[in-house]
Amino acid sequence: MSRLIFLRLLQAIPTLWVIATLTFFMTRFAPGGPFDSEKVIPEEIKIKLEAHFGLDRPLFEQYILYIQNLLRGDLGPSFKYPEWEVSELIATAFPVSLTLGVLSFIIALLIGIPGGMIAALRRNTWMDYLPMGLSMAGICLPTFVLGPLLIFVFSTQLALFPPLGWYGASDWVLPSLTLGLFYAAYIARLTRAGMLETLQQDYIRTARAKGASSWRILTKHAARGGLLPVVTFLGPAFAGLISGSFVIESIFFIPGLGKFFVTAAFNRDYTMVLGTVLFYATLIICLNLVVDLIQALLDPKARQAK
Amino acid sequence: MKPEKSSSLGKDAWLRLRANRMAMVSLFILVAVGLLSLLGPMLSSHAYDEQNLDRIFENPNSTYLFGTDNLGRDLFARTTYGGRISLSVGLLATFVSLIIGVTYGMISGYAGGRVDAWMMRMVDVLYALPFIIFVILLMVMFGRNFLLLFLAIGAVEWLTMARITRAQTLNLKKAEFVEAARALGFSHTRILFRHLLPNLIGPIIIYATLTVPAVMLLEAVLSFLGLGVQAPMSSWGSLIKEGAEKMDAAPWLLLFPGSFFCLTLFSLNFLGDGLRDALDPKSSKD
Repeated sequence: MSRLIFLRLLQAIPTLWVIATLTFFMTRFAPGGPFDSEKVIPEEIKIKLEAHFGLDRPLFEQYILYIQNLLRGDLGPSFKYPEWEVSELIATAFPVSLTLGVLSFIIALLIGIPGGMIAALRRNTWMDYLPMGLSMAGICLPTFVLGPLLIFVFSTQLALFPPLGWYGASDWVLPSLTLGLFYAAYIARLTRAGMLETLQQDYIRTARAKGASSWRILTKHAARGGLLPVVTFLGPAFAGLISGSFVIESIFFIPGLGKFFVTAAFNRDYTMVLGTVLFYATLIICLNLVVDLIQALLDPKARQAK
Repeated sequence: MKPEKSSSLGKDAWLRLRANRMAMVSLFILVAVGLLSLLGPMLSSHAYDEQNLDRIFENPNSTYLFGTDNLGRDLFARTTYGGRISLSVGLLATFVSLIIGVTYGMISGYAGGRVDAWMMRMVDVLYALPFIIFVILLMVMFGRNFLLLFLAIGAVEWLTMARITRAQTLNLKKAEFVEAARALGFSHTRILFRHLLPNLIGPIIIYATLTVPAVMLLEAVLSFLGLGVQAPMSSWGSLIKEGAEKMDAAPWLLLFPGSFFCLTLFSLNFLGDGLRDALDPKSSKD
């Protein structure tokens, strides 16, 4: 197990290096620079600013310098807000996105797994068709349609929750619901498919023959195998929650990392863009590793293969 | 005695698909939406960008089937025109991803060994990339270029296609007909494209049907963030964005493009499922 973790972390290094290089040159070859949009800056100050940030040096030298700083764990100062370090900006904005993501995730699991299990157990009855019909609708209803609809119903009409902002717990409800329902729909379908397959296995029949209660069969025997596809989906789902938060943050005016990133890209804030991309990439790599570990714990076959 | 009529693989699949009611309904909806998008802008007496400031925020009525927006533009024309853009982005970007993914996957699977290991290693590395971030970055940095939109979306959607094609190729290349072709001295290119590719069509079509909605969703997300199509042009994503902003004053602005978009995604997903059952009966779960 520890060998697996070590190997995967070792693999992460070239991956991150490729990402850093790609992003670095992509941002630099794009037209415009961080100090172009400011019309108020006189030419000589702009030159000084660029010299201060090393933008006047040859591109390759800048690249080497950036990678060197990166190896020391230094993401550099933001070009747009020079008094802030990129890491400080990420540390301010990310907890907001994380709260949103974790809440949505909990909603998705709490609705999706029971929904899928009921559908699998009561197959081809209305208790199967209803949740599955709803989940198909949930998958096809994108967050940017669902979000405004929820605002319309729960803020404009019923005045239950505030339509935008991120100040207190009541602000959290609509955004997390918007983001969570989509994944709930997906998880419900995966759970149903996984459970249906597992329930046909011989060991389930054995357990039933031995007189185990259906509740015990469900929680003890079937859930372990049946939820494997769900676990596999968790990694991509979490990554999707992060990117999905871009849209949610722009619908509900939430000051999360997604909004910071889009603004930074518009502003050509090179270091902020690079820092955010690397941060997200690291996060996704770690999450995938965690998912693989959980999978290995649940599935003896996968454990042996590794 | 009548000789038993043999039926081809394609005919079999079509018969199975026809028996699937949901898939046929989806196919019908898709054809209808497609035709409406193709012909709608011509049927409407108003151009999609024609402004009429005397008739803003009009409810759906006989002149303006879907109502008008804040500049008095005809929503019917805008929705159907948006359909053209959204559908063509979906199809073209899927096509781009198809070409890249299938070629890559076939070469990797056919070559095998170290080449295969390295090529798949690359795919793994790319899988770890936060795609949406790169697409956003591309669109912001290089401007909202329509061609770039296709390429960017196509370039990020090919990975799964490559994996599927590779797995299939790995299985197929040990088959006897490939061995026979090799024994006859055919070139690798000929074996790849004349012998292997036709046998890969099934899974490719299935996955492509499922890629189209994914691509359309991505385009809509970009348009929603203000990075896709710009007004006065429209796509379903950009119309939904406008609709969401003016929802309180004119709910139909969200309702019509939203329904078209959701209905299309819905149908594509069902059609994809139906095709999977029809083309590959073994893989169907229940």
